[in-house]
Amino acid sequence: MTMERRNFLKLLGAGAATATVGLAGCATQSVSAGGGRKVVVIGGGYGGTIAAKYIRMMDPSIEVTLIERNDHYVSCPFSNLYLGGILPDMSSLTIKYDKLASNYGIKVVQAEVTGIDAAGHSVTTSKGVFKYDRLVASPGIEFRTDEINGYDPEIMPHAWKAGPQTMLLRKQLEAMKPGGTVVLSIPLAPFRCPPGPYERTSMIAMYLKQNKPGSKIIVLDANPDIVSKKGLFLKGWKKHYEGIVDYRPAKKVTEVDAKKMSVMIEGIEEIKGDVINVIPPQKAGHIAHVAGLVGPDKKWCPVNPTTFESTLQKDIHVIGDSSIAGAMPKSGYSANSEAKVCAANIVALMNGRDISDMSAVNTCYSFLSANEAVSVTGVYQVNKEKNAIEAVAGSVGVSPDLSELEAVYAQSWIKNILTEMSS
Amino acid sequence: MKRIKWSEWALAVCALAVSAGAHAAPSTEMLANACAGCHGTKGASAGPSMPSLAGQSKVFFIDAMKKFKSGERNATVMGRLAKGYSDEQVVAMADFFAKQKPQNQSAAVDPALVASGKAISDSACKRCHLENGKEFEEDTPIVAGQWLKYLQIQMDEFSSGKRKMSEKKVEKVKSLSRADWEAVAHFYASQK
Repeated sequence: MTMERRNFLKLLGAGAATATVGLAGCATQSVSAGGGRKVVVIGGGYGGTIAAKYIRMMDPSIEVTLIERNDHYVSCPFSNLYLGGILPDMSSLTIKYDKLASNYGIKVVQAEVTGIDAAGHSVTTSKGVFKYDRLVASPGIEFRTDEINGYDPEIMPHAWKAGPQTMLLRKQLEAMKPGGTVVLSIPLAPFRCPPGPYERTSMIAMYLKQNKPGSKIIVLDANPDIVSKKGLFLKGWKKHYEGIVDYRPAKKVTEVDAKKMSVMIEGIEEIKGDVINVIPPQKAGHIAHVAGLVGPDKKWCPVNPTTFESTLQKDIHVIGDSSIAGAMPKSGYSANSEAKVCAANIVALMNGRDISDMSAVNTCYSFLSANEAVSVTGVYQVNKEKNAIEAVAGSVGVSPDLSELEAVYAQSWIKNILTEMSS
Repeated sequence: MKRIKWSEWALAVCALAVSAGAHAAPSTEMLANACAGCHGTKGASAGPSMPSLAGQSKVFFIDAMKKFKSGERNATVMGRLAKGYSDEQVVAMADFFAKQKPQNQSAAVDPALVASGKAISDSACKRCHLENGKEFEEDTPIVAGQWLKYLQIQMDEFSSGKRKMSEKKVEKVKSLSRADWEAVAHFYASQK
């Protein structure tokens, strides 16, 4: 009874806030039938948690509902360190949503999103329908498994969404006999986390060097060359993993044979492995396709670079790996920074204020050994003539060398960014 | 030629930022929010080697970013990231973080080192790091309650010569041993 009264009062309060906004001359639709102004966020990862939090921080009169299919989230960044044996488990990479929900008054709903009605401004889920004034979709990636014949992630894990897949790959490495061969297949760019496959190469090589004498890792890269931090990875492999890492560019895996434990490169070359880690080519998360947010490339979502609003569906914003964010890489830090840009401008739009120009940052650390890391950085803004996100001159660069200090900073980075997402 | 003090330089830049305000975008919040991925929400760091920026002196922040940008201060990522911002944007960010509530870190400190660090700081540090590091003068940072690990890294860079010191600082700290630097780090980290 008391709860109902409290909710009723809350609705009255929100209604009053909406009326003020109406008077201020907000041109966009900001009043839903329920009374208060509502934002629904889909996806509880690097993008979604931050969008939800920052909208509430900047305007607590907006109701925010965060919909995520799991009751927890495991970070992809740093999950390679678990494969390498630096982390004993993934508990330090796992966040829950209870503190985020209570600290910022975010309604967190554990449900599967089944559809988005853009015209009707509603999201259909396994736990009912949610109305929104603006929607933020941060659904991460889905795999284009149809481009690899015979692919079965239970036998050849991708481990490119952290969690059970990462544990499966780790178990396979542990079970492998000494002198064995690991095969790692890298898809054509763009994919989630450009330096990630090369960090994984380093971490698996470190594990093999320490635990499986005589073993090696064959890296089959569909790209013509190492996509990110090339000089630094080559230096690290030469320094630590000579004779263990066998890197082969322009080798696109198109077919696998789970029985023979082999991969086929464009029908001409077959390579066998004891453990095979196939990272398939990628596209925007499933729900982005269902909701008509994916562009003509049938892979990624075109957005306004200043608000991250979809150019295809009004009042729906797409952030993180799914979006086409110009020069920004598909990284956890990018998703975090894009979420804040999106949140600030959603709040501006819903209050009838001018939107702000965007400013965003990316910093990605990669580990080469247990105590050496390297980084790539960038500060990003919109080139208004081209209407595209570009890096600010001079801000993009990589570490001059492998660095023990950067490994120390990287450890604090993961602590900070996961704390930001969960409290 | 008279050397311009940092405070004067900052004031001049402030005036510039205000006059450019009508056209200046992105917003201060937009700029500062992007730092939080490494430095914590509103500059309150949860990572022991990453300094908290919340409540930091505006003059120091501007000075540090200028030195990162020019390469005068040794850095990993900050040397590159600082190049992404104009002087006006740096001032706006400095202003944002100076207004945030300082966060005292709960890093474990060694009580014996805290005591000896206090004695050392009383003779060598306190004329610039005022009130046991809680207040600042000119371009000195607020160091009280900063993360121990971060302070240790900085002390190491000062004592090894990687991070340049002002002449006045060189004079004050020239007799300090590595152990003394370590003790001073524990002392300032312990301050609330």
